[in-house]
Amino acid sequence: MSASLSFSRRKTGRFWIILACLLCLGSAAGLILNALSSTIVFFMAPSQVVAHPPAPSQTIRLGGMVVAGSLHTSHATDSTPEARFDVTDGQAAVTVQYQGILPDLFREGQSVVALGRYDGHGFTASEVLAKHDETYMPKEVADALQKSGRWNPRFGPPPDAASWNSMTAPPPIQTTGSGATE
Amino acid sequence: MTTLATLFCPEGGHFALALACALAFMQGVLPLIGLRRADSPLTALARPLALSQCLALLFAWTCLIVASLGDDFSLKLIAETSAISKPWVYKIAGLWGNHEGSLLLWVTLLALWCAGLALLPGQNATRPERLPCRLRARLLALLGLVGAGFQLFCLTTSNPFLRLWPVPADGMGMNPLLQDPGLAVHPPLLYGGYVGFAVPFAFAISALLDGKTEALWARYMRPWVISAWALLTLGITLGSWWSYSVLGWGGYWFWDPVENAALIPWLTGTALLHSVLVVEKRNLLQGWCLLLAIATFAFSLSGTFLVRSGILNSVHAFANDPARGLFILGLLGLYGGGSLLLFAIRAPALPVPQTGFSPLSREGALLLNNILLCTLCAVVLTGTLYPPFMQLLFGRTLSVGKPFFDATTIPLTLPLLAVMGVSMALPWRQARADRLLPRLAPALLITAGAILPAFWLFPTPLAASTALLALWVISAALCDLALRLQALPKGDRQLHRLPRSLWAASLAHIGVGVTILGLCGMAGSQERLIEARPGTHATLAGRDWALTALTAHHGPNYEAVEAHLTIRQRDTHGPVLAELTPQIRLFPQQGQRTLHVAILHRPLEDLYAALGSVKEEHDPQGQGHYTAILRLHENPLASWIWLGGIIMALGGVLHLLPARRRLIHSAGKARA
Repeated sequence: MSASLSFSRRKTGRFWIILACLLCLGSAAGLILNALSSTIVFFMAPSQVVAHPPAPSQTIRLGGMVVAGSLHTSHATDSTPEARFDVTDGQAAVTVQYQGILPDLFREGQSVVALGRYDGHGFTASEVLAKHDETYMPKEVADALQKSGRWNPRFGPPPDAASWNSMTAPPPIQTTGSGATE
Repeated sequence: MTTLATLFCPEGGHFALALACALAFMQGVLPLIGLRRADSPLTALARPLALSQCLALLFAWTCLIVASLGDDFSLKLIAETSAISKPWVYKIAGLWGNHEGSLLLWVTLLALWCAGLALLPGQNATRPERLPCRLRARLLALLGLVGAGFQLFCLTTSNPFLRLWPVPADGMGMNPLLQDPGLAVHPPLLYGGYVGFAVPFAFAISALLDGKTEALWARYMRPWVISAWALLTLGITLGSWWSYSVLGWGGYWFWDPVENAALIPWLTGTALLHSVLVVEKRNLLQGWCLLLAIATFAFSLSGTFLVRSGILNSVHAFANDPARGLFILGLLGLYGGGSLLLFAIRAPALPVPQTGFSPLSREGALLLNNILLCTLCAVVLTGTLYPPFMQLLFGRTLSVGKPFFDATTIPLTLPLLAVMGVSMALPWRQARADRLLPRLAPALLITAGAILPAFWLFPTPLAASTALLALWVISAALCDLALRLQALPKGDRQLHRLPRSLWAASLAHIGVGVTILGLCGMAGSQERLIEARPGTHATLAGRDWALTALTAHHGPNYEAVEAHLTIRQRDTHGPVLAELTPQIRLFPQQGQRTLHVAILHRPLEDLYAALGSVKEEHDPQGQGHYTAILRLHENPLASWIWLGGIIMALGGVLHLLPARRRLIHSAGKARA
């Protein structure tokens, strides 16, 4: 009698455990899938952005080299600093607008990753990242440069952004047009 | 004298490391043979071997430190990370801020844990709660095998004693970001926690090898789990504080892969901590507890592995080297995979308890806690591994950040907090709802009373409800303490009469509540970016922030520009609240700039200022003006985040303090 009682209690105990586990795993899977569909951020190079513009509401990471001589700083009416610069992967360039302090290691002619949205004309960044290492190039940017055929890592460090922007001749605004036809 | 040290230190340290590796192998093999053959002299070798291995590693550290203080740039490690001008504190602390040094730290800490295990008095007839000597020899042997693998890794692929020729005149200097007192303590604490979980791991492997668990094994294992957990908690807390106060982005947690790598073992370690209690008190969930012990150590190892291999790129300053990654992957496969295989073979044969299990009981709540913590762990793991796997399998580059983790972890944390409040009031075996409600009533009332203020004070409904649950956890822990105090006999109604394990658990739960309140407060932080000349005023969070001056400042190995900010209550005529002096530091040796943030910690908020950059502008008259870009933050309840972490760790420490003999005596007399 007592043995069968304890056995059935063990069974109900196990039932509750399994139920709780399934509930938790189910909700976790749901949460993950839901969050992945809405919150992940894709990386895009300027030529990809120009060729296949993302939806204006979609946040992306734009990465490339800052075109030499393209940085303009000013400040808004409430004395918030503003910056405008062009980012290129050698095939196309996108103008980035940013309100805020540029990171310490932000340099013209060096790699950068900007987080923000593209509205078809320009990119509005909410965050600009240049990592804390002078020799560092974000892996994504390095890959994008290799894909666009501008740099083969076997032949040394990446070329200076200024030099290959003059190789691709057209200035940023016209590149937008030629990029779209590619 | 110096020349002698220069001659001896690098090679002496190298030799000591090799010696330690050999000793670790012996510590791993000889006692196991001894136990198998019932050969007690061979078994007894475990303790002296563990102690001498530890001494050898400490000697290696001494050599490395002497060489670093003496600026011996013939050592590659020192030439790459140190410089003559570096302050002496960082000549020592900087040694573990890089790959080779941190690995040496890892193995040394493991040896220290072994030494602790070896020095602890063993079981005897009067103290049955102590560790049996045979079990200790087995544990030391298993830990020796783990240590030997990593010391071999250290010697072959990342030797801190490698020499350089020709010897440079000066070193390259350390990454200035790492030149911070927090960094001196953060890696030893964090690694102490990571490595500490090797001891529960050894307990689990030992039990699986035997195919049965010792009667009191959960009791033996608990202090080791708690001490590793407390160290890991402190290490994570300090790391978060470092990123808040040094990196100057105003945030405390970035869901960076390296941070997640520490959070994952913390989550499973916390689950282990609670499941050990269930095993000890009710002898349930044995297999689950063993699995958690293995998983926690495996995650600790992969934490090291993820950081070292560069699979996940991150802001952390370690070298990426695939050969090392492969070696660590091998070690991880050997230790993690091997032990999981052992678990799969042996766990089904473990004795199954014949006791019942009620969902409404302390063990039920602890089990729910385990399920929720493991789900949280799975979510964080998924978010961390998803980007590299997408990259590897589909070539798509993407990132998973704060929005993902917020959307997934918060909904899982809320029920966890709700259960935490109830769990302390639940008795073991079977609770009765009609007795439970009166016990919880005071805490429920407090929480209910705080609903309106919470929704008024906190910026979003989500933050407000999370804060309410945190308050529920804190008030439930305090009310439980009060009720238990009342239940004591009248003459004995003193706080220190309560069992210390109860105090420890309450403190840890209160710490969690305090941290969560801090996180909710930070959700309402305000920030402002201003471009200002000296004399400019700005308003933030109802305060007047004035830039009074920009001055130059000379540090030991850097030049700095310092901004002097005066913060006044209300407006420009209000009383002065604080003077903040954020700096930009330029380290000429590395050609690197860092921000030095100025923070005023107040009980309910942090006032935080970072100087972004300074530029010189000329007006039409040709006069130069300096303009500073400043970032100002007001962070409500920020310091509570780290205060909570410290309280949690204190709970762990309290649990570990030796039991008062007097009480045990009196209890023994009362029983007699």
